[in-house]
Amino acid sequence: MKRLGTIVLMIATLALGDAAMAAPALPGGPLPGDSVYQLDIPLTNQDARASKLAELRGSPVLIAMFYTSCKYVCPLIVDSMRSVDKALAPDERARLRVVLVSFDPEHDTPQALKAVAEERHLDLPRWSLDRTDAESVRKLAAVLGVQYRAIEKGDFNHSTVISLLDKDGRIVAHSSRTGEVDADLLAATRRELTTR
Amino acid sequence: MIRAMVAALCLAALALPAGAADYVAIPGGSFASVLPPDGKAALAVVAPFHLRMLPVTNAEFLQFVRANPQWDRGRIASLFADSQYLAQWGGPSNLGAAGRDQPVTRVSWFAAEAFCESEHARLPAWYEFEYAAAADESHADARADAAWRERILDWYARPSTTALPDVGSSPKNFYGAHDVHGLIWEWVGDYASLMISGDNRNQGDPDLLKFCGAGALSTQDRENYAILMRIALLSSLKAADTTANLGFRCARNATGDGT
Repeated sequence: MKRLGTIVLMIATLALGDAAMAAPALPGGPLPGDSVYQLDIPLTNQDARASKLAELRGSPVLIAMFYTSCKYVCPLIVDSMRSVDKALAPDERARLRVVLVSFDPEHDTPQALKAVAEERHLDLPRWSLDRTDAESVRKLAAVLGVQYRAIEKGDFNHSTVISLLDKDGRIVAHSSRTGEVDADLLAATRRELTTR
Repeated sequence: MIRAMVAALCLAALALPAGAADYVAIPGGSFASVLPPDGKAALAVVAPFHLRMLPVTNAEFLQFVRANPQWDRGRIASLFADSQYLAQWGGPSNLGAAGRDQPVTRVSWFAAEAFCESEHARLPAWYEFEYAAAADESHADARADAAWRERILDWYARPSTTALPDVGSSPKNFYGAHDVHGLIWEWVGDYASLMISGDNRNQGDPDLLKFCGAGALSTQDRENYAILMRIALLSSLKAADTTANLGFRCARNATGDGT
């Protein structure tokens, strides 16, 4: 009897396993093959809330990579993203998500992320600062086309790439401009916010 | 009793995951890389690690895609590989005319990473690869040997239209690894970061950063064309790219798992 129970359990597990393998019925249909959300990476935000990258699906997203102890370029990346955000009409702005993911999982704890969010007066939770694991950092950098290299004392050299994702996670525009409004990026963001 | 033990051992061997591939231990050390960490003359430091003895073969990669069909060429997301991914195979899960023991090529960085994760490993870092590639059959660092350099360069002169030899066809190097030179190009985990300068603190201009990277190549070792060509090739790639002569092998930390 016990054995029968075990077998039933095994069959149930197998059936569940099959269900998990099948393409999940996502809102908005199957994920496009070129969607950044094909990356199944975990995120933890400034409030220590865990999520998956693909949970951003549904609204346009401005996304970039940074690290909290960065003194030079990273504040400018935040400035650039904010300048696009600010140039939008309030109803447009409400539908945009802005996400910054850290290169530096070793040092960028939720507390460190929170400190930056507060210092920069970021509009949480529409904006979020996230950390992920080291392997996922490499994968995300690869899909976003961000080059980076750890140098001594916890610093990184990195290229600046702000990417605009459509609501399904496809990269529709990117910008390497820092510290000023990138008119092309702003126009593309408006376009994504008006296509439903 | 003995028979039962043998049977148990055989079962244990069968139960081993793809991680049963041979790895060779490479003691750590510091060495003069063609990409000095500070962009000038500092030595690169490599911690002890294990490197796959052989590049990954078609047969091994086939086993991986059969177990993980999201990585077969019919199903892979276009984010992770270009249209030529595994195009030399007969189909998504059969090799066709591709040799079982030939190195697998036309694999993207993402696919190579995923394979290595499946054998509890990772792609080697550039410094690890360069360190292992400095060895000839009998010396850990043969880079000053002009005759050896010539021998490697001969490989680049061979036309790439001929079929790739099987892995392990060339003699093993000082560490016991085969085919580090002379067979294929190989992915490294940090391929995208090679040309980023190590000492450029003036990060004000991101475009400048991209171009400054070229200054990171050391001129101390410019005779080492074979290594410079690898850097040139890897730096030109995107993570979803595949080429007919680009394969990979995996590495692990000497202690603990690969990550």
